[in-house]
Amino acid sequence: MSDIKKIKDEYLNIIDKDHNIESINQIKTELFGKNGIVSNEFKKLGSISQKERKKFASDLNFIKEELQNKITSKIEDIETKEINLKLENEKVDVTLPERDFKQGKIHPVSQVIDEISSIFSEIGFSVEEGPDVENEYNNFTALNTPDNHPARDMHDTFYLDEKKELLLRTHTSPVQVRTMLKGKPPFKIIAPGRTYRSDSDQTHAPMFHQVEGLHIDKDINMGHLKGCLNYFIKEFFEVDKLKMRFRPSHFPFTEPSAEVDIGYEIKDGKIIIGEGDKWLEILGCGMVHPNVLKNVNVDPSKFQGYAFGIGIDRLGMLKYGINDLRAFFETDYRWLSHFGFDPLDVPSSYRGLSR
Amino acid sequence: MKFTIDWLKQHLDTDLNDKEIINNLTNVGLEVESFENAHSELDDFIVAKIINAQQHPNADRLRVCDVDIGKSETVRVVCGAPNAKKGLFTVYAGPGAIIPKNQMKLSISKIRGVTSYGMLCSEAELKLSDDSEGITELSEKYKEKIGKKYFDTKTPKVVDLSLTPNRPDCLGVRGIARDLAAAGVGTLKKIKDSKLNQNIDQDLKVTIKKEKNQGCTIFGSCLIKGVSNQESPQWLKDKIVSLGQKPISAIVDITNYVMIDLNRPLHAYDADKVSKEIIVRNSKKGETFEALDNKKYSLDDDMCVISDQSGVLGLGGIIGGTRSGTELETKNILLESAYFLPRSIRKTSKILNIDTDAKFRFERGIDPKSIEAGLIKAASLIKEVCGGEVSKFDIQRLEKEKTNKVKFKISLFKKITGFKIEKKEIIKIITNLGFKINENNENLDLEIPSWRPDIKQPIDIVEEIVRIKGYEHIQTLIPEKSRLKPTLNKQQKLFHFLQRSVASKGFFETVTWSFTDSKINNLFREKYNEIKIVNPISSDLNVLRNSIFPNLIFYLKKNIDRGFKDLSFFEIGPVFSGTKPGEQLTVIGALQAGKYFRLNWQETERNVDVFDAKRDTVQTLVEAGFSKNKLIIKAQSPSYYHPGKSGSVFLSNEEDKPIAFFGEIHPNIVKKLDIKTDALIGFEIYLDFFKETKKKLKDQKSQFEYSDYQKSERDFAFVIDKKIKAQDLIDIIVSIDKDLIKNVKVFDVYEGENIPKDKKSIALNVTVQSSEKTLNEKDLEKINNLIISTVESKSGAKIRS
Repeated sequence: MSDIKKIKDEYLNIIDKDHNIESINQIKTELFGKNGIVSNEFKKLGSISQKERKKFASDLNFIKEELQNKITSKIEDIETKEINLKLENEKVDVTLPERDFKQGKIHPVSQVIDEISSIFSEIGFSVEEGPDVENEYNNFTALNTPDNHPARDMHDTFYLDEKKELLLRTHTSPVQVRTMLKGKPPFKIIAPGRTYRSDSDQTHAPMFHQVEGLHIDKDINMGHLKGCLNYFIKEFFEVDKLKMRFRPSHFPFTEPSAEVDIGYEIKDGKIIIGEGDKWLEILGCGMVHPNVLKNVNVDPSKFQGYAFGIGIDRLGMLKYGINDLRAFFETDYRWLSHFGFDPLDVPSSYRGLSR
Repeated sequence: MKFTIDWLKQHLDTDLNDKEIINNLTNVGLEVESFENAHSELDDFIVAKIINAQQHPNADRLRVCDVDIGKSETVRVVCGAPNAKKGLFTVYAGPGAIIPKNQMKLSISKIRGVTSYGMLCSEAELKLSDDSEGITELSEKYKEKIGKKYFDTKTPKVVDLSLTPNRPDCLGVRGIARDLAAAGVGTLKKIKDSKLNQNIDQDLKVTIKKEKNQGCTIFGSCLIKGVSNQESPQWLKDKIVSLGQKPISAIVDITNYVMIDLNRPLHAYDADKVSKEIIVRNSKKGETFEALDNKKYSLDDDMCVISDQSGVLGLGGIIGGTRSGTELETKNILLESAYFLPRSIRKTSKILNIDTDAKFRFERGIDPKSIEAGLIKAASLIKEVCGGEVSKFDIQRLEKEKTNKVKFKISLFKKITGFKIEKKEIIKIITNLGFKINENNENLDLEIPSWRPDIKQPIDIVEEIVRIKGYEHIQTLIPEKSRLKPTLNKQQKLFHFLQRSVASKGFFETVTWSFTDSKINNLFREKYNEIKIVNPISSDLNVLRNSIFPNLIFYLKKNIDRGFKDLSFFEIGPVFSGTKPGEQLTVIGALQAGKYFRLNWQETERNVDVFDAKRDTVQTLVEAGFSKNKLIIKAQSPSYYHPGKSGSVFLSNEEDKPIAFFGEIHPNIVKKLDIKTDALIGFEIYLDFFKETKKKLKDQKSQFEYSDYQKSERDFAFVIDKKIKAQDLIDIIVSIDKDLIKNVKVFDVYEGENIPKDKKSIALNVTVQSSEKTLNEKDLEKINNLIISTVESKSGAKIRS
């Protein structure tokens, strides 16, 4: 017994010393190899008296286990140390730049169109479109703006022929005409798109964007118009409170007509929509003129409703604090980078229009 | 339309203050553009301080002064006054100011080589005293007033209305007063009966010729004999000046005054210069006359002219002529008060490009029943100011004018506006607006006032009532959410999807004009006709674009010139194929310039190339729902792409229209437009050429099947004729056994050493997997051999050993 205890103590000491994986394996062989010290002790079992054998075997097994455990844990230690050392050597400077990611952007006009579509979708409008090139009938005459009428002077029109029959649409209203001509009432549509006027300065661009709205049914009145626009403007500017003012105005294709102002104030150089005592004109609207309905084969004694037109670019400028309209169309990398939207920011009602 | 509140109060009895009146104007639909003090010429004279005064380099007697005028920067003024010295407070007038003494208008000028912005004024120049020795010297007390007006001017506040074209009646102060009175702002004053003695006859013969397209239907006139024309009295001058106009002479000022007061344009002729009679007739082509704007006009056929026996005197309702114009010496005048048809006025003025106050009013529609009222008011004033004898009125008419009527059903009001008001109130409002009413139970038979040419049908009456009652009475109804059809159709969904798909690949979306420079457009026009704009905004935006690229490349270059190198832009929008409505296509155009990696510590630098463009094109299409291995890539493309490094994408072999192009932009274009970049690539996707997928996404997914059997990969390298395309090789391999061959991937292409000159080596990795069993060595060997033999026999390739 004392022999094997001596072996145990001696080897526990040896194992405790510094080792690498080779030297520890060598110790393992020394102890448990074919002719290892511990193996040899087991061989002695046969020559020991029956009486002592049981205890000796038990002690020997105990010592074997202890030594083996010790070696196993020593090996684990050594391996851990080696891995740690290796990883330490692999260390990189994580402050170095990551691999490039090419960030794309959505133009503010597109983003605003998506926001508008999302809002009107919630109250049942569908989107219609029309061509950028129009004939003068759809752009003017059908909209109760006959030739030689001073109202035509309000639109500086681009023409494509000398006879002035083909033009770039000056508003999105001809989409009303097209929609009603090809379908039957009721109609509940919006029509966003490009519009053109030969007018160019800091606040006017020869091309801009409008969204047209049209709701025609049996009993749609000015209260519905007010409600629809009140809902839209509140949703668009994401405000709870809204000061809105309907002001009588005149458009040949609606009657009664109104211009809509919203209240605002300037706070710390930024425009705050919905409060304050200043008024900002943001759109024109009215009840579709009976003459227009007649022109598109809708019986004005049976159907009535409203239409509106809103400048999309201007809405975007107000909401996102953009000062210069012309910058929208100048493709300046810095401007697009600053005012553009992440393509993943898809406006929707359930996630909100903007983050 | 400009007027002062005082003037308004000549027609309106009201206790309301200015602010309340202004608010009410807006509320009834007369939009107030501004309400400000009229500008006085004296406002241009500003208290200033000389900060620095130096000797003029080229003139002994002149000094160059830097002057503080209360702005962030000083202005430089050259001054000849001996007392112009540093620290002096004085009076400064900027370019544009008019010097009171000599009415000289200042402008920026160079004085002996030094530019002078404005002037420092002497007391004489300011009409303060006769002292013209030096510039005005102000005391230290003016220190606080630098930049402020020197003269304490008191000009009346002027209302400027932005009137809509349907309201000619409000082009006169009385019309505005009537609207306000109807809205409860006050009461409209009665026009006083005139005590005009008319004892002599109007003995100048007036005829309106009955001819087709005659633009004049009524011509009223009177003679005023023995006047002495003169400067207007102060009250009249003040009125004219307050509207920003210049007083001319009493007769002219009075006709202008009546025009603004009653919206009744008048014209005064020097009766002694009229040859015998007045004939209102159509012009003949080639007739000429000199108008009061000092321009000579050559007339067309059928323009309404006022003429005498020797020719044209003026264009009726538009502008008078110099031949018969009144002057200070004029003794006898003929005063005209007529009615001209709006269409005729508009047509003539458009052709001749004349815009006058009278034209503006007549083309919107003047009250045909205001002829006499205008003559009475103007003649009385002229007599009062200039003396003379007023003749009886001569009124020629082509036809008796009729009163327009409309039947109004009271219930229409609520039907349109959504709210109800009492019949009594409706009657009150429209009576105050000048309508005559015949009650007929729930209908009102209305006589429309002659000054309201805009009112024609019942809906117009609804508008009148609601605007006077106030739009604030309209309810705000909560919108109904009912939907008639889906918000977006398939094509619109595709548009929005692709827009974000391309942006997600690192491209900045842009919006550029639909028109472009024909010179750049021609580089990308291909088979399309050029679509010219008749009246372009500028000569370099003179055609509709036939492609997205002309504008995109123009702005790309601008950004490169700003110093940006690696840029990716795209636009989704219309390109035009013809001049008719609908001849347009919706296209995505994308351009990418520069390097893919630049100054990169990990990757080797490389330029963007055709395969970057191809990746973005194909991946966008895949995201849109096309399966990648069904897209057909062909090596054909428009001429603006590099002929060897570009291609097109078709949906099938039979399709004649590609849905996309991709490639490097032709080097000639890069050179021609002087685009300083390492490389330029682009792609275009034509949304209209997509075949409408019949199934919705929810129905497109097929049964989910997968194989658990082991798959095996094997590499092949073939030496093959250079002309043979990689895709051909892939197609051959895939077609061997579509069930077994799951994927073929090209992983190396090599030309050069060890390969014959006209050959290339293509290495492919082929994935084989069965859905029925695990393939054993024998099966694999069999399929491998089949691949080699089929490729070799079909393409003439040789397996590389």
